[in-house]
Amino acid sequence: MWKFVVRRILIMIPQLVVLSVLVFILAKVMPGDALSGLVETPGVDSSTIEDMRTNLGINDPVHVQYLNWIKGLSQGDLGTSYIHQRPVLELLEARLWNTVYLSAAILFLTYLIAIPLGITAGRFHDSLVDKLIVGYNYVTYATPLFIFALLMLFVFGFQLQWFPTGGSTDINLEPETFSYYMDKIYHLLLPALSGALLATVGTIQYLRNEIIDTKMKDFIKTAKSKGVPEAKIYSHHILRNSFLPIAAFLGYEITGLITGSIFLESIFSYPGIGQLFLQSISQRDFSVVTALVMVTGVATLIGTLLSDIILSLVDPRIRVE
Amino acid sequence: MSNDDILLQVEDLTTSFRIDDQYYPANDHINLDVYENEIVAIVGESGCGKSAFGHSIMGMHSQEQTKISGKIHFKGADLLSYSNTQLNKVRGKEISMIFQDPLTALNPLMIVGKQIEEGMKYHTKLSKNKRKQKAIEILSEVKIPQPERVYSQYPHELSGGMRQRIVIAIAIACEPSLIIADEPTTALDVTIQARIIDLLKELKRRMKTSIILITHDLGVVSEMADRIAVMYTGEFVEIGETKNFLKNPLHPYSKSLLHSLPSKNNQGEKLHVIKGVVPSLNHLQRQGCRFKPRMSGTDDSIHEETPTLREVEKGHWVRCTCYKHFQIDNHNQVVEGEKDDVFQGQ
Repeated sequence: MWKFVVRRILIMIPQLVVLSVLVFILAKVMPGDALSGLVETPGVDSSTIEDMRTNLGINDPVHVQYLNWIKGLSQGDLGTSYIHQRPVLELLEARLWNTVYLSAAILFLTYLIAIPLGITAGRFHDSLVDKLIVGYNYVTYATPLFIFALLMLFVFGFQLQWFPTGGSTDINLEPETFSYYMDKIYHLLLPALSGALLATVGTIQYLRNEIIDTKMKDFIKTAKSKGVPEAKIYSHHILRNSFLPIAAFLGYEITGLITGSIFLESIFSYPGIGQLFLQSISQRDFSVVTALVMVTGVATLIGTLLSDIILSLVDPRIRVE
Repeated sequence: MSNDDILLQVEDLTTSFRIDDQYYPANDHINLDVYENEIVAIVGESGCGKSAFGHSIMGMHSQEQTKISGKIHFKGADLLSYSNTQLNKVRGKEISMIFQDPLTALNPLMIVGKQIEEGMKYHTKLSKNKRKQKAIEILSEVKIPQPERVYSQYPHELSGGMRQRIVIAIAIACEPSLIIADEPTTALDVTIQARIIDLLKELKRRMKTSIILITHDLGVVSEMADRIAVMYTGEFVEIGETKNFLKNPLHPYSKSLLHSLPSKNNQGEKLHVIKGVVPSLNHLQRQGCRFKPRMSGTDDSIHEETPTLREVEKGHWVRCTCYKHFQIDNHNQVVEGEKDDVFQGQ
């Protein structure tokens, strides 16, 4: 097992190098830089801007810039944001946690809704309940998140005023107190629920199909022929087998925890990674953009690794020696 | 054999499957007695209804898709009147089943020991440790080497033959009085087949269990069975004692089946071929002799209008009168122009 994990991590090194080159090239190929917007500003002449460029290292040869960037990266230095004039790491940290909370809440709510519904639909498939659940699935699958989220915000945030309409916490509250954390959860609920209600579709459909599939398997007949009561056939035989693909996806879902949801964060003005990403692109704040893409890439690699590990833990057939 | 020895008495059993909101009988008014400590083989082509019969006895069919009528007397009770909960007390404990494909009949996520124990959990009061002990004993009974080690192995770590032994171990775990073996050797290669047959015979001798052996392999039948029941399109067309049946098959279908086997006596000859295929459930002609469409060149008058199963000699039952007029002449069986359809014998 450990050998397998170490080997997987070693394979990740070349993947990371390729990823960093790609990210760097993409950032460089994009037209303009953080100083482009300053050209028209009165009182700033172009030679000053050119000096600023030289000082920031933007005029260095590409490979020098790349090596500098990698050197910083390996020391945990993600650079400085041109726009915010703060280290990128500092900028990310606060928002990263917000995103993790939000995504964890979405993931939790998604499973909370999807697993019981998926099991019910699979167990009583072709019944009225199943048809209702599949109907719900079609609706949520066809609904665009940005419209649904706006609608939720309008109804529950502005009209009914049950939930706050933006931010991640009330700024008047003392951090690290109980009411501060409760308030954070309160701010989380509406965006998380909006995300979760639409995110259930994959899990429900997978679980339902897996259960219907597993029900027909020969080993279920074997279990029945042993005299195992139906409820126990479900809990001991069908469900464990049906959860395999869901478990395999868990790793990728964890990736989602870090990369966040751009739409949700923008609509609910929730200060997370996604919102920062959009802002940074429009402001040409490339040190932030490249850092974010790198973080996302690393998260994806870790996610696939986790998926493999989880699957090998739950399925003896792919247990790695 | 007297009536006191009857373990299972199937009376007028009809099992119908639903196809497009219509029910079609896959077993049509079946009668069969199974005596204690005997092996009855049910033989027939794929799709003739032999598995459906085995599943009906154990109540394995899905209730939404099937209709079952008739009576299944087992140890003084009618199994068909049982609820699912009541049946769960019988399944695994009194009647158990051996399945065809050992590769799919075991739960891939459960160690085999637990799968053998599972039945005991519901049918006995044995403690956890006792169950494990018993499971290991059973593993050695089905001739598995190193039973302690195999106990905690997963099915994918075992070979096909080993897995079939596990499937058998599951079936005998609670020492049932009747085992329904649904093609237990079909998925195995010939050498393993022979060993599994020996194992089943030995278990039957030691445990005094009756076995209903469902198969289309007449070789297996001749080695194991005390009696044979030949099924065609959901009806028994001939029932008889194995020796007698193999020497003197009467029904045209039985005769044709036996003649389509390669043997020492028909070396160099073309094997007999039964023309046509088993009609599907919803296209089956249920009037008159059901085998008639597959006997070419016979006169309609030799068949009964409503064929019944009759005892023509002691313990030997045949359906329809057409058997009296049916002969297979090996040398003239293949008619010109039909050679393409014929399997070339060695």
